Amino acid sequence: MAEKISAEAHAAYQRIHATDEFAELKRTYLRFVVPLTIGFMAWYLLYVLASNYASGFMGHVLFGNINVALVFGLLQFVTTFGIAIWYAKFAAVRMDPIADKLRDEYEEEIER
Amino acid sequence: MSTTATILRAATDDNSNQALTGSLFILIVLITVGITFWASRNNQTAADYYAGGRSFTGAQNGFAVAGDYMSAASFLGISGAIALSGYDGFLYSIGFLVAWLVALLLVAELLRNSGRFTMADQLAFRMRQRPVRTAAATSTVVVSIFYLLAQMVGAGALVALLLGVDSETAKNLTIAGVGVLMIFYVVVGGMKGTTWVQIVKAVLLMVGTVLITVLVLAKFNFNVSDMLGTAAEESGAGKAFLEPGLKYGVSTEAKIDFISLGLALVLGTAGLPHILIRFYTVPTARQARKSVLWAIGLIGSFYLMTLVLGFGAAALVKGDKKQDIVDSGGNLASPLLAEAVGGGSGSTGGAVLLALISAVAFATILAVVAGLTLTSASSVAHDLYANVWKKGKVTEKQEVKVARIAAFVIGGVAIALSIPAQKLNIAFLVALAFAVAASANLPALLFNLFWRRFNTRGAVWSIYGGLISCVGLVIFSPVVSGSETAMITGSDFSWFPLANPGIISIPLGFFFGWLGTVTARDADAEERYVELDVRSMTGAGSEK
Repeated sequence: MAEKISAEAHAAYQRIHATDEFAELKRTYLRFVVPLTIGFMAWYLLYVLASNYASGFMGHVLFGNINVALVFGLLQFVTTFGIAIWYAKFAAVRMDPIADKLRDEYEEEIER
Repeated sequence: MSTTATILRAATDDNSNQALTGSLFILIVLITVGITFWASRNNQTAADYYAGGRSFTGAQNGFAVAGDYMSAASFLGISGAIALSGYDGFLYSIGFLVAWLVALLLVAELLRNSGRFTMADQLAFRMRQRPVRTAAATSTVVVSIFYLLAQMVGAGALVALLLGVDSETAKNLTIAGVGVLMIFYVVVGGMKGTTWVQIVKAVLLMVGTVLITVLVLAKFNFNVSDMLGTAAEESGAGKAFLEPGLKYGVSTEAKIDFISLGLALVLGTAGLPHILIRFYTVPTARQARKSVLWAIGLIGSFYLMTLVLGFGAAALVKGDKKQDIVDSGGNLASPLLAEAVGGGSGSTGGAVLLALISAVAFATILAVVAGLTLTSASSVAHDLYANVWKKGKVTEKQEVKVARIAAFVIGGVAIALSIPAQKLNIAFLVALAFAVAASANLPALLFNLFWRRFNTRGAVWSIYGGLISCVGLVIFSPVVSGSETAMITGSDFSWFPLANPGIISIPLGFFFGWLGTVTARDADAEERYVELDVRSMTGAGSEK
């Protein structure tokens, strides 16, 4: 058996799951994270493949002793920091308010 | 032989260093023991013991996550790999960092909302408890033991090198000593004590790394290009030192192996049990998100600095000391760089910095092994004892008592396994832990969160399928037999050509999860998905 929960909790979860707000929350979340995940994975794999198969390109010197490989690697850091901050801002503005409202509703329903 | 020569030279040069290093080690032990006692005052409930009462802030937990993640393998290993093979060492750091986006976007918050104490909780929410908890506990313990072995073997080698003793007895004693300390942190301090040890370690590590980085860059008037140029020149490899390809080779197999490693690194992090349970120590999903943001900031800046440490060591450490780095497989690059920028061997500045960085490395190992032991003990007590064996009919007090006993047993097993495992390659053990986490844990976690149809059989098949294919492929790889560096010499049964199994075993983990699911019907699991979905997305009804 899976973990047990009360009948009230069960009913509240079912009700919330059927609301438009929940559907919107889930859609907003997936529409943000799915393309972004595919994007950063592709970007990372491109880097791995370039390190493997494009040594001429990676060894190209840009200035001084700074070559493409180093800049490409550092760009992975920049995109990682950037995506993390972007997601945090997006979640705080677009997702947290809906999630908070639904959680408050759930708590009221359970306590009643 | 060469190691012995290294040690003898180190021992004659650096007698005062050893006294200083030794005292700093003792200081770190005293501080962490003090913290553990202080943290143990309020360890009453199961939530206190397993999850630190869920009372940590996002920032605190972010430091602890970083402290849990930045192991000696990354501090000493990556800077060492850069010092020896140049650019190729950097490839590890990038995989280790980008991996955090998977944790941030797909796992951290949803897991915080839907679980309680262990990785298995989140599966057990809608699956049949006993099979999924048994499977998840098995893979938790396997991943943690591989990782634990890597850290403890590293500790033995490191302390022996730093204190200038090279007897087997000294290494074994070091491993046993580290083991006893970690058992103490976990048994007495629980999650609270362990977390504070990790926070202190993260702060020490960051301060030490910033200090050395600034000193190195100052030598080059903060001109990074000059530093790279000098490093390339001193390395003897010239321009190639700054390009990929020096370490991993150019054969087709080496290239596929490298892609396989890259996949395991980027997908493993979000399946590492000791990282996952850290998200339970904060009160809300929002704080879990904040934890990951802090962790990404800390870990990212740290890896950027290891670039300076690695190339700096290649540029600035010369002569005998350079040979010492080579002989230690790169592990001594950071400590010896610290000595060089402090004024060199024999100077007070050099001695102080060497001792300081060595002590930081020691603290690093202690914090990571404590986290791993706690994770395994929690899973054994909460999943196997309380829910599989006792079917949930157990008081919190009994459960916590069993967790403490389990910490003793796992610590003992880790010590016993580490002593004969000392010939194993540390980087290989870490990579294997990541590969198992990516193959066995991540598919089940993601399917459970995002696929309604997923069920008990799917979860069990994906965990065992990923685990067995991953470990199985390694057994038939050149790491175990049939190569110059293999564990077993004399016979060759290595039909699998890659050292890193991820490229095959990760897809297999997902495949078995799919296959198990579509060959079984589990109406209960599908119905309960509605609850899991609401709970993971909104935090409604999640553990407080």
